[in-house]
Amino acid sequence: MNKKAILVLENGSIFEGYSFGADIETYGEVVFNTSMTGYQEILTDPSYAGQIVVPTYPMTGNYGINDNDFESKRIQVSGFVVREECEEPSHYQSKMTIHEYLAENGIAGIHGIDTRAITRLLRSCGVMRGIITCEKTPQQALAEIKMKPDYSNTDFVQKVSSPVSYDWQAEKYNESVYNIAVLDCGLKFSILRKLSALNCSLKVFSCDTPAVEILKMNPDGVLLSPGPGNPELLGYIVDNVKILAEKKPIMGICLGNQLIGRAFGAKTFKLKFGHRGGNHPVKELANDRIHITAQNHGFALDPDTVSNGLEVSFINLNDGTVEGVRHKELPIFGIQYHSEASPGPLDTTYLFKQFLGMIDKSK
Amino acid sequence: MTEKPKKVLIIGSGPIIIGQAAEFDYAGTQACKAMREEGIISVLVNSNPATIMTDEDIADIVYIEPLTVEVITRIIEKERPDGLLPTLGGQTGLNMAVDLDDAGVLEKYNVKSLGTPIDSIRKGEDRELFKEMLEEIGEPAPPSATVKNIKEAREVAQRLELPLVVRPAYTLGGTGGGFANTWEQFDEVVITGLNASPIRQVLLEKSLVGWKEIEYEVMRDGANNCITICNMENIDPMGVHTGDSIVVAPTQTLTNKECQMLRTASLKIIRALGVEGGCNVQFALDPKSNQYYVIEVNPRVSRSSALASKATGYPIARVASKIAVGKRLDEIPNAVTGKTMASFEPSIDYIVAKIPRWPFDKFDSGDRVIGTQMKATGEVMAIDRCFEAAIQKAIRSLEFGKRSLLWEDPKWVLSDDIKSYPLYPSDLRLWAVMAALRRGKSVEEIANRTGYDLWFLNKLKNIINMEKRLLSEQLTPELLLQSKRLGFSDIQIGTLADRLPEQVRQLRHDWGLQPVYKMVDTCAAEFDAATPYFYSTYEKENESLAENRNKAIVIGSGPIRIGQGIEFDYCSVHSAWALQKSGYQSIMINSNPETVSTDFDTSDRLYFEALDEESVRDIIENEGSGTDIEADIQEPPCILQFGGQTAINLATPLTRAGLPIIGSSSETIDLAEDRKRFEHFLNGLGIPQAPGATVTTVEEAIKVAELIGYPVLVRPSYVLGGRAMEIVHNVNELARYVKLAADLDTGHPVLIDKYLLGKEVEIDAIGDGESVFIPGIMEHIERAGVHSGDSMAVYPAIKLTKTEIDTIVDYSVRIGLALDIKGLMNIQFDVVRDDSGKSKIYVLEVNPRASRTVPFISKVTGISIVDVATKVMLGKSLKEQGFQSGLFPNRKLIAIKAPVFSMSKLLGVDTYLGPEMKSTGEVMGIDTSFNGALTKALLAAGLMLPEKGSMLFSIADRDKAEALPIIKNFHDAGFKLYATEGTSELLQNAGLSVSIITKKLDEGHPNVIDIIHDGTVNGVVNTITGGRVSLRDGFHIRRAAAEQRIPCFTSLDTARAVSEVLANGQYNYEVLSMPEYRNR
Repeated sequence: MNKKAILVLENGSIFEGYSFGADIETYGEVVFNTSMTGYQEILTDPSYAGQIVVPTYPMTGNYGINDNDFESKRIQVSGFVVREECEEPSHYQSKMTIHEYLAENGIAGIHGIDTRAITRLLRSCGVMRGIITCEKTPQQALAEIKMKPDYSNTDFVQKVSSPVSYDWQAEKYNESVYNIAVLDCGLKFSILRKLSALNCSLKVFSCDTPAVEILKMNPDGVLLSPGPGNPELLGYIVDNVKILAEKKPIMGICLGNQLIGRAFGAKTFKLKFGHRGGNHPVKELANDRIHITAQNHGFALDPDTVSNGLEVSFINLNDGTVEGVRHKELPIFGIQYHSEASPGPLDTTYLFKQFLGMIDKSK
Repeated sequence: MTEKPKKVLIIGSGPIIIGQAAEFDYAGTQACKAMREEGIISVLVNSNPATIMTDEDIADIVYIEPLTVEVITRIIEKERPDGLLPTLGGQTGLNMAVDLDDAGVLEKYNVKSLGTPIDSIRKGEDRELFKEMLEEIGEPAPPSATVKNIKEAREVAQRLELPLVVRPAYTLGGTGGGFANTWEQFDEVVITGLNASPIRQVLLEKSLVGWKEIEYEVMRDGANNCITICNMENIDPMGVHTGDSIVVAPTQTLTNKECQMLRTASLKIIRALGVEGGCNVQFALDPKSNQYYVIEVNPRVSRSSALASKATGYPIARVASKIAVGKRLDEIPNAVTGKTMASFEPSIDYIVAKIPRWPFDKFDSGDRVIGTQMKATGEVMAIDRCFEAAIQKAIRSLEFGKRSLLWEDPKWVLSDDIKSYPLYPSDLRLWAVMAALRRGKSVEEIANRTGYDLWFLNKLKNIINMEKRLLSEQLTPELLLQSKRLGFSDIQIGTLADRLPEQVRQLRHDWGLQPVYKMVDTCAAEFDAATPYFYSTYEKENESLAENRNKAIVIGSGPIRIGQGIEFDYCSVHSAWALQKSGYQSIMINSNPETVSTDFDTSDRLYFEALDEESVRDIIENEGSGTDIEADIQEPPCILQFGGQTAINLATPLTRAGLPIIGSSSETIDLAEDRKRFEHFLNGLGIPQAPGATVTTVEEAIKVAELIGYPVLVRPSYVLGGRAMEIVHNVNELARYVKLAADLDTGHPVLIDKYLLGKEVEIDAIGDGESVFIPGIMEHIERAGVHSGDSMAVYPAIKLTKTEIDTIVDYSVRIGLALDIKGLMNIQFDVVRDDSGKSKIYVLEVNPRASRTVPFISKVTGISIVDVATKVMLGKSLKEQGFQSGLFPNRKLIAIKAPVFSMSKLLGVDTYLGPEMKSTGEVMGIDTSFNGALTKALLAAGLMLPEKGSMLFSIADRDKAEALPIIKNFHDAGFKLYATEGTSELLQNAGLSVSIITKKLDEGHPNVIDIIHDGTVNGVVNTITGGRVSLRDGFHIRRAAAEQRIPCFTSLDTARAVSEVLANGQYNYEVLSMPEYRNR
């Protein structure tokens, strides 16, 4: 386990550490996340597809991996970079170590890294591509990076979305009051769990399901899930959202928010280093309330292009970017952050109720 | 939102006591700064002069007055503030605000309580109200019930389920209670408890011992926006007071779900309470399920919030103050990033470890077991990127000399049996855990006995594993780096790998292994931060790059302990400011999270590090050229005068390493501190010193003592706060003490002086090599022999003759010049008068550094002594600063500094005053008359007696003659007299009416203890005779008084002063601001 490994970044920076998890080479866009707990949720969040994640918190794996905190069926990140991985986790729910989990899923990790130095680099230079390797020299690794496709030009949604539609089996029985269609662009289980607990029966659709197909089940509302990558590449989904928007109440989360925006003609742009963590303050413009939110996005809606009945409803208090939109007349809203949290604070779980309230009104 | 107030009253927390330390100076200082930023006039009242908040450039109007309803009412009447900030002065400030409200004062003068409403405070403080509120919002409180007999108890216990805690009502220190794990135990504990309770009532509560203890620091603004600043996990689980627990931030063993569950609960609670500002919520979390209970809230800033502020960089007190005057979280800038707002939650990318500093090294007789009553006087914090390093650095910060984690108590008798390890809660538990791990005890076994989470134990085991590798393997660059990453000091590595610490250091240099410094920035590097607040770690990138400009390093004073308190933090802070004013970059090093000096905006750069040779030298190197050879930046000099003995102790090692210090040289320091050299030095000047000598063996000691005659004063050289100092009267005592003192600190000899009965006088002075300026002379009320830190000191000297004063000034100037003092020094004199009234003045000691009276004398004279001294060190002479040799003219005021003790919290510690310092804090009484000043000093110190009442006297034979007139004073003042057998005889013979009360505790009731406990007497005068046996007699009397919290005077000098105030019947005093006193 103490095999030497290196992380090489696109700009030539080299970080030396030790391999853990699967002993393979991996490539991805390197991003940092400032959450201090919740590594299991992060690892399994499909929105991290194609990315090598660097938790800024230096000790990872302290409470092991348990059966309850998966956000999808497998690890989604393409690599994991930590200061220290915990070899002897301690928690009554723990089933295995983070090393075992990564190894089992064939995902490479590197530990012993000055993760703060990487964070500072990404903060000032912007996110960049990187490779974790035990075999290659830094020069070879750098040459390899240049040959790889750019993150922003890859459609990761196709890769993570469920290829088939399915009905969500709630873990606990709840009386079903609402029928919700969920468009899986990189869905997290927590969204389904939260809605299910609010008496929703849920049908999950593959990301490229045509709108007519979804409308066939006559859902009470549609939830557009979060997901990875560049929303500009998702015209095929946006077209469906345009149709759904005329017919059904919609709530969009993260990528779902951007899809709503795009459906109403707004543009997106790539943030320098994104928002990833559990401490982002957003302000609800309707009432000036502040919420601390969980975030995970590298792209954002351009506020100047939000129009056609759509308006900005939440802004980020750190950098002023758009954190949510709503339609002035139609029962449609989106949030750029994660009301399902997981990991992160639960300040905005009320939005799921708001979504259902909107459905009630539009009935 | 209501209108912003114009003038706000801030109540400080008074003297430093156990449970209420420097954190409230930090909070109050931030509050004052916040008011200034908001354009609001601050009126500050505190009785503690050794605080930054009572500086006139921090608060706008400063009152150093006792914290009583009467005094504060007079201040309100005079100043007419329209607002009051109740939540920044600890429990003292909070109670005061509630009392003022109860007394109708706030309403009468139209003073609005700002921030958290008084009703919320009551809800948070009152157990019953709080429980009701929790029930309403569906948050769980530990199930409990009050019962009056065993039958009722059994019924209730069926419902509550075992294990249970049994707490008798109205007993002191929880005596008579206990835990019931089985039904047999239950009956026994309940019956004992019922018997112990004077009202035959016990509280049964679900026992949560062993559950994880988790804290959340929460903030809420008036618009109901809530954030959490930080969560913390106590390594010592439930059962140990959080102030006595080793704590880490953030939590380490909780999943995200558990963190969010408790975070959500915290927000629910702060909203339900309606707190506007900061609040601390404590939880117990079952280690085996997600069940939790809310244990307690503090609806105010606290010790934990100070720790959280330093741990995250988020200034809780400052933001809380702004919220109190109506600001919203999103309207307050984040001082750290300068770009974002206060409405976010800090993310940290390191681990913080806090370890309490207990006073047991001074109180050998004290009970070292820790529990629900806090006993620590202070704490240290260390930051690193892994737990092992953070905890090891924290231990280095405790300044226990050689007590690293390698240390084991020679008194331990350890065997294969896990029970032989002292793994119960005590100040030494961590070392016992290490000893057990070292001997192969399993983490599970240790977890069973300590309740430590396995995560922590496995990390501690990593340290043991590294110890073993260092012992057995060749020291390679790789191994050295790994051990440094785990926080091993050069000394530890040297010990294990058989090298001198200096050789390890050299190896590190040869191999390029130097620490880097990372920033504490509230945001885990997500945003560019402006805070120059750093910690060391062994990693890749260094963020603290040296600047090429004039700069100097101020060495702080570390954790607050008896003998080295907040006074030195006051000095350090002022020195940093003086550097800035002189155009220097000020660099602060300190390890104490409670203080103003470790506020990131006090200095230009803050290094949160241990104050030992290794870390200070590493920092100096980093601030010199560092790793950047090209830059060619000079190594900055260190200022060692302000950080107490901690800083002074670095003089020799830094000088030996060829590193610059400014101020008095290490040669000067050594000359003053080395007894033999100093004796020669004084002889040369023709200045008398009490006869004595330096010895290293018991035989030598006895020889010297016989030569100079008993009683003698014995102490180790290089002492702190008179540690292990005693007056001994015969050869047996002497032999015992010399041995004890030698055990304390090897390498330094023991001093023996003739004990001279005289009046103790002290001065603080500043020298620059040409002049010696003395801002003031203080005379002690207690005779020499009582530690100066435990004496009441009066400014100016009112009972000295002009000749005596002239002699003192002459000696001081000559000593200062001859020692070549650059900066501060403190000299203690003993003025011994013979029967004809002729006096001889002896020098007791010279401390070539700032003393604990510096803040006191600065405040009464209005001269910022530290500022002047720092400028002297930078090369600006006294003359250039407008001062000349000699004594500064007396101000027309009387100020009395009085010590404050925390004896009710330290079971088993004897309270009598002697050469060993015992007080934890001090107060000042200032007035235009001596009586007024003394009255206020006594009031502030909690030593004031009622105008009419009863006193108990138990006087040693040799003091009886001297005591009689004092007792008469009490009698004349209308006090009823109680006395023990021998003392009664004295009083009866003198024709005073007295009630005899026996001190024989096994010969019927009532005895002396009974009349103390039942409140019959309001105070005690008890003096001790020399021998240890008679000490034991009075011990129970003194402890009873401490526990009953009534004044117990063990020095006749104090008793005399008090009796005179009472006999005068003059309780009149002024209530004026500091400039008003000085400028009369």
